[in-house]
Amino acid sequence: MATPLESPITFTNVSKAKWWQSGFFASQTGYVLLALVVLFVVMNFASPYFLTEGNIQNVAKNFSFIAIAALGVTFIIITGGIDLSVGSMMCFSAMITSMVMTGLSTPGMPGASWFVHLAADGKTVVANVPGLILLISVLSGLGVALIVGLVNGFCIAVLGLSPFVTTLGMLSIVRGLCYVVSNGRGSFPGGPDADYFYALTSGNVLGMPAPFIYLVILAIAMGIVLHHSSFGRHVFALGGNEKAAELTGIPVVRVKIEVYVIGALAAGLQGIIISGWLGSAPANMATSYELNVIAAAVIGGANLAGGLGGPLGAIVGCVLLEVIRNGLVLAQVNSYWQQTLVGVIIILAVLVDRVRSRMA
Amino acid sequence: MVTPHAAGQPVLELTGIGKEFGAIRALHGVDMQVFPGEVVGLMGDNGAGKSTLVKIIAGNFRPSHGEIRFAGNAVHFSRPIDARAVGIEVVYQDLALADNLTAAANVFLGRELKRKVGPFTLLDHKAMAARALELFGELRSETRPHDLVKQMSGGQRQAVAIARTRLSNAKLVMMDEPTAAISVRQVEQVLGLIHRLKEQGVAVMLISHRMPDVFAVCDRVVVMRRGEKRADKAVGDTSPEEVTSLITGAKEAA
Repeated sequence: MATPLESPITFTNVSKAKWWQSGFFASQTGYVLLALVVLFVVMNFASPYFLTEGNIQNVAKNFSFIAIAALGVTFIIITGGIDLSVGSMMCFSAMITSMVMTGLSTPGMPGASWFVHLAADGKTVVANVPGLILLISVLSGLGVALIVGLVNGFCIAVLGLSPFVTTLGMLSIVRGLCYVVSNGRGSFPGGPDADYFYALTSGNVLGMPAPFIYLVILAIAMGIVLHHSSFGRHVFALGGNEKAAELTGIPVVRVKIEVYVIGALAAGLQGIIISGWLGSAPANMATSYELNVIAAAVIGGANLAGGLGGPLGAIVGCVLLEVIRNGLVLAQVNSYWQQTLVGVIIILAVLVDRVRSRMA
Repeated sequence: MVTPHAAGQPVLELTGIGKEFGAIRALHGVDMQVFPGEVVGLMGDNGAGKSTLVKIIAGNFRPSHGEIRFAGNAVHFSRPIDARAVGIEVVYQDLALADNLTAAANVFLGRELKRKVGPFTLLDHKAMAARALELFGELRSETRPHDLVKQMSGGQRQAVAIARTRLSNAKLVMMDEPTAAISVRQVEQVLGLIHRLKEQGVAVMLISHRMPDVFAVCDRVVVMRRGEKRADKAVGDTSPEEVTSLITGAKEAA
């Protein structure tokens, strides 16, 4: 925004930064977006299949599978924290959702009579209120995510434990719970509402994958919250200077707990969506996804030291990772190279930013 | 020199303030008055009790003994926010700024202006930038509300930290070593900022080790030593040499 004309100050020796030296164009997100565009052009020449509708849809679907969790983790990273438990959280939420769905849909299970009854043939299960089972099971999946997020936030903000250690412990605890509740077998969404579930998680809306649409809506909401609400402002302040945030009267403890809850809820929602695409929630689902999610956020410009990051960066990071994976497959490169390349890109993205800030 | 003592009621009045931490007596029997529009220098060696006194006034600690009266009323602070609510602001040594935010965002940190958009309450960026620009204008600091604090000079950072205290129309501003870590030209700017506050009738308490700065802007200097007030003199009636000997203990009291 320009300084108003009736400015009471005249700026004699403080010049205004040029447009390309400030804001989006000077950010890591900007560079990585540029690299992504270049990659698209290169891929288009390298493989005639890359820009076909089917492939682009596939890419959009695949990156949406980690991008929602990446949005949540970005909130945490902006405050200077980290959440390593997102992979386990995805699995746990997905598992609880499909177990509740199956349980409520099985006549004879406790409480199931409120939701389903047997049809006249004595075999077909019919929902009493269509969609109610789906709603309750998704809410219970998100409910466990909420609880785990609260525990993370409480340990970090109130007890003052390190985010790294707390969430590393939570990674193990939650993964263990996945095996405990399922006895290691995994679970499957079932019952009369399963069709709705698949339609909402792996279906298409107006030719676009449903997860992609959720992602766009959540990213826009996140952008507004981060830049136009006082909560977002406090999230950034916390990452910039936690002591300053406390001295200026920001409710530091509350904001911290809230970001960990947001991170866990995003991971839970992500897990539920993935299980719809997989058709099941195996106990080893989304193992080590936390690394992809954090890598995507960091490539997109979130700073692990705190204070920087945003929804666009998280998404750009996810798209870049997915396009590279897709490109390697189309180019028939041994897919084992993928992980190596991802690592190189993480370091490159951070390196470019470091070089730039040295030059500035 | 105009001494505002005659001009009515003190804004801050301390009577017999004492503070013990276990067996350690950090402060003992401190009486002090600060008047509106007055700049008081608080001096003393490390461990003399300056910081403890400031923290008691700012609401970080509760005094073990004594009474604080602010603007005529007895006050008891249990948190810094209580002190701020009555009009006491502190500019901390490390300034308490978030580097990754703009000047305007820092000025309004924790007290953002908002506007209603339908059912949502969003930040009012325009109003905050305009008010911040106004405050920088009052302080005659060349600071743009939309610039990041990260890119600012020490003097500009001071201006942002001081502008924050102007937001609430504070009656007393305490500044902890504002000139400790900045360049000579910026020290000039900061002393200028203190003059601006004084012009607007704000009482300023300057905690500093730098004798020239204290003698340049203060009306009165208070010297602490070993938890007690050893001197309280108008700067015209004393000299840097006398203050130095009071700080070191070469002279017991004046």
